[in-house]
Amino acid sequence: MKKWLPNMRFFSLFGLMALLLAGCGKPFVSTLQPAGEVADMQYSLMLLSTSIMVLVIIVVTILFVYVVVRFRRKAGDENTIPKQVEGSHKLEMIWTIIPILLLIILAVPTVSATFKLADVTPMEEETRDENALVINVTANLYWWEFEYPDHGVITAQELIVPTGERVYFNLLASDVKHSFWIPAVGGKMDTNTENVNKFWLEFDQQATENAGGLFYGKCAELCGPSHALMDFKVKPLPKEEFDQWISDMQNAEPFVPTSDLAAQGEQVFNQYNCIACHAIDTGEDRPTAPNLANFGERSSIAGRFEFTEENLKKWIKDPEQHKPGNKMTGTYDHENMTEEELDALAEYLMNLKVQN
Amino acid sequence: MSTLTQKKGFGATVWDYLTTVDHKKIAILYLIAGGFFFILGGLEAMFIRIQLAIPDNNFISAGFYNEIMTMHGTTMIFLAAMPLLFALMNAVVPIQIGARDVAFPFLNSLGFWLFFFGGIFLNLSWFLGGAPDAGWTSYASLSLESPGHGIDFYALGLQISGIGTLIGGINFLVTIINMRAPGMTYMRMPLFTWSTFVASALILFAFPALTVGLALLMFDRLFGTGFFVPQMGGNTIIWEHLFWIFGHPEVYILVLPAFGVFSEILATFSRKRLFGYSSMVFATVLIGFLGFMVWAHHMFTTGLGPIANAIFAVATMAIAVPTGIKIFNWLLTMWGGQVRFTVPMLYAVAFIPSFTMGGVTGVMLAAAAADYQFHDTYFVVAHFHYVIVGGVVFGLLAGVTYWWPKMFGRMLDETLGKVTFWLFLIGFHLTFFIQHFLGLMGMPRRIFTFLPGQGFELGNLISTVGAFFMAISTLVLLVNIVKTSINGPKAEADAWGDGRTLEWAVASPAPEYNFKQTPLVRGLDALWVEKMAGKKGLTPAEPLGDIHMPNGSFLPFTISLGLFVASIGLIYQFDDKVWAIPVIFIGFLITFGSMFLRSVIDDHGYHIHKEELMDDDDKGVKA
Repeated sequence: MKKWLPNMRFFSLFGLMALLLAGCGKPFVSTLQPAGEVADMQYSLMLLSTSIMVLVIIVVTILFVYVVVRFRRKAGDENTIPKQVEGSHKLEMIWTIIPILLLIILAVPTVSATFKLADVTPMEEETRDENALVINVTANLYWWEFEYPDHGVITAQELIVPTGERVYFNLLASDVKHSFWIPAVGGKMDTNTENVNKFWLEFDQQATENAGGLFYGKCAELCGPSHALMDFKVKPLPKEEFDQWISDMQNAEPFVPTSDLAAQGEQVFNQYNCIACHAIDTGEDRPTAPNLANFGERSSIAGRFEFTEENLKKWIKDPEQHKPGNKMTGTYDHENMTEEELDALAEYLMNLKVQN
Repeated sequence: MSTLTQKKGFGATVWDYLTTVDHKKIAILYLIAGGFFFILGGLEAMFIRIQLAIPDNNFISAGFYNEIMTMHGTTMIFLAAMPLLFALMNAVVPIQIGARDVAFPFLNSLGFWLFFFGGIFLNLSWFLGGAPDAGWTSYASLSLESPGHGIDFYALGLQISGIGTLIGGINFLVTIINMRAPGMTYMRMPLFTWSTFVASALILFAFPALTVGLALLMFDRLFGTGFFVPQMGGNTIIWEHLFWIFGHPEVYILVLPAFGVFSEILATFSRKRLFGYSSMVFATVLIGFLGFMVWAHHMFTTGLGPIANAIFAVATMAIAVPTGIKIFNWLLTMWGGQVRFTVPMLYAVAFIPSFTMGGVTGVMLAAAAADYQFHDTYFVVAHFHYVIVGGVVFGLLAGVTYWWPKMFGRMLDETLGKVTFWLFLIGFHLTFFIQHFLGLMGMPRRIFTFLPGQGFELGNLISTVGAFFMAISTLVLLVNIVKTSINGPKAEADAWGDGRTLEWAVASPAPEYNFKQTPLVRGLDALWVEKMAGKKGLTPAEPLGDIHMPNGSFLPFTISLGLFVASIGLIYQFDDKVWAIPVIFIGFLITFGSMFLRSVIDDHGYHIHKEELMDDDDKGVKA
């Protein structure tokens, strides 16, 4: 986006801004370390606007300091009456016209970027590009569902995408309004309750590696007590690995427990009727709770804990404490679950995998 | 000693304030009630900052946090900032235009009591099952989902206090149009009066949108309609539009009067007339007008499409131009002046850079494509606190300390005032500056906690430390008020010695009739004109005569009380409480009964006779 810069004199400030801001935040969650085309475009716009604004602040501050220091009332001046100046047309024209020019400098790239970011023609029915990846995102009270409609694959809580291409999203909420945001990769878009919103993102391979292979996604619209905990993870993969993952998902066999403990866990899973809400088939869409088909391959528990057996048991034992207001609490008798049952269930869940 | 100034007992004083229709006493009522809610909202803010001081904190629970956060915003906007501004407008505007009172003194009182009962009703929710918890914006899908009665309290409480605000706004419009003293043309009105005028016009056009939105919300929640229920053909985006068509002008309703305050103070303590008066008036009107064209910039991520987003982005940027004009005019007002740093002046001076920072982040937010990153993050939180604290709260603190002598007849302590100022200024920047970066680093707003390891720890801790500075500063202000009201020095008519406008020509506090003789205004800064002409007081526009005054009335109190009672009934009717329906009827009976009484009882007011005025030589206009 730098080529849009209409005015050379901003460059020095621009560089300074970039230097100041780049150190901020963690690469997997900060908007200041852009990890894709969208975030890049927005970051450049941020730098441009920040530079203009810092320029304004500098001018105001210099004037301000001068005025405040120079014109303070001194001893002996108690009865001095300064000249009563009415105004100055010339000055007033100057500080009307210069801001207008500055705003035009900002407005042109803003409008241009706004239209670019809204360009979703490859996902529209009439102009559909067969190669464009489309993902349906459904936001639910404190969890996210990701459906790959062209491939008949569904997953939850962990978004898997290919790097280096534009990925198109359909966004919708099932209960209350949420907002879909992956800070490092691009700005947010609301998931409304009544209409599908569309936008695209691009995930950069190099930036993904710098961020450790995993980005944080967040809900950015107040949606209830656990709004703060409605995180998800984003795992961008190189194109081939992504294709492999899709085909693994498509060809996944129903899970067969390989150990006694896991078999026992499957029984617990059925006995507590987890299956009523959670699908364990890669293609099955159940709007009630996250699909668990590839649960064993995820990198977090409930979007907020590190992926360990300990944390999984903690979560199942008392979901309310870790995500207040969630819809799982009370749907099964978690208070009376025994340690053995928890061990078995955890073993079963952590072995739900599609990749070998 | 006139009969008007005899000492009254405590009971009589309370009754006097309950029934008063005098704009100066109503100003004091607004100040006390607004101050109370300001402290309440401040306490809520402290809960928020303590909870967010460290990651994964459990100082308060998630649900309770949402209630606190919602009530902090709602209280600060509707119950603290608005009434405190009304306090200043009531205390000052009628005197500034040379009037004896507002156009409708009875309505003035009604406006206050409606606001007051609405605010109390809203806060009753704390004790009756939980406060509203869907944010001050109360977006429809979440607010319809919210269990309990919190949102019902929000809808009804704001409805009642909103009517009060609307009444107040209309009253000031009529007052400023009709009650100006001879010679007080529009282009001689002080800037505070001008900004009150424009803000009142904004109230007139903006509040009905809120009224409609709240009514629909109430119908959806209490009567099962589906205005905002997509499954029934409704649409939640309509709530967003209605709310922001009100909500954005609301920001200007708050900040324009604050601009007015600064314009007065900067001119007074620079001992210079306001630089570019006519362009200041023009900018004020233009900001008010553009304020209605930009509401959708709060909805850039809602999915309105690139055309709407681009239009609203450019329209929003345009507001920066008149605002910039104001900033430079203020700076040039001080240029070449004799700047004296009293406490109100300190706030006014500190306002200029603080507000500029809030203004420029506003332009950044207007850049729609970049706003997709800023929206609903702490960057926005930082931005609007820079605007509302750096603009409105600084304006209130400046205005209250500036006109305090005029309202209460005593000077505040300058040393304590300066302590308050510095603590507040440092605390303010410490709290909110870092939040810009927290937002850019990926921290969404309205979260009850943040998980460790995302780089948010240090910034949040700094922010919390800053909040404590502001809390301490508020305590010092309270000490100052208590101390000086016991033994503070009495204020002169021209309390600061550099007064330029009419309010500094009447005694401090002003007599209940304001001006013994209506003054003749001979130019901008009417008092300054007379001073420079070597006169001691104003030129009267009429001979000394009897002054007609309105009687006090208890009816505004009861009209408002009735709505309060009826609202309680309305909320509980749907819990199958048998007492609820009778309560609704009793409430409406009180309200409409009071209105009936107001209609049938002839009240011609009373006169203060010429002879009494002549006894009062130490007060009023010395003509």
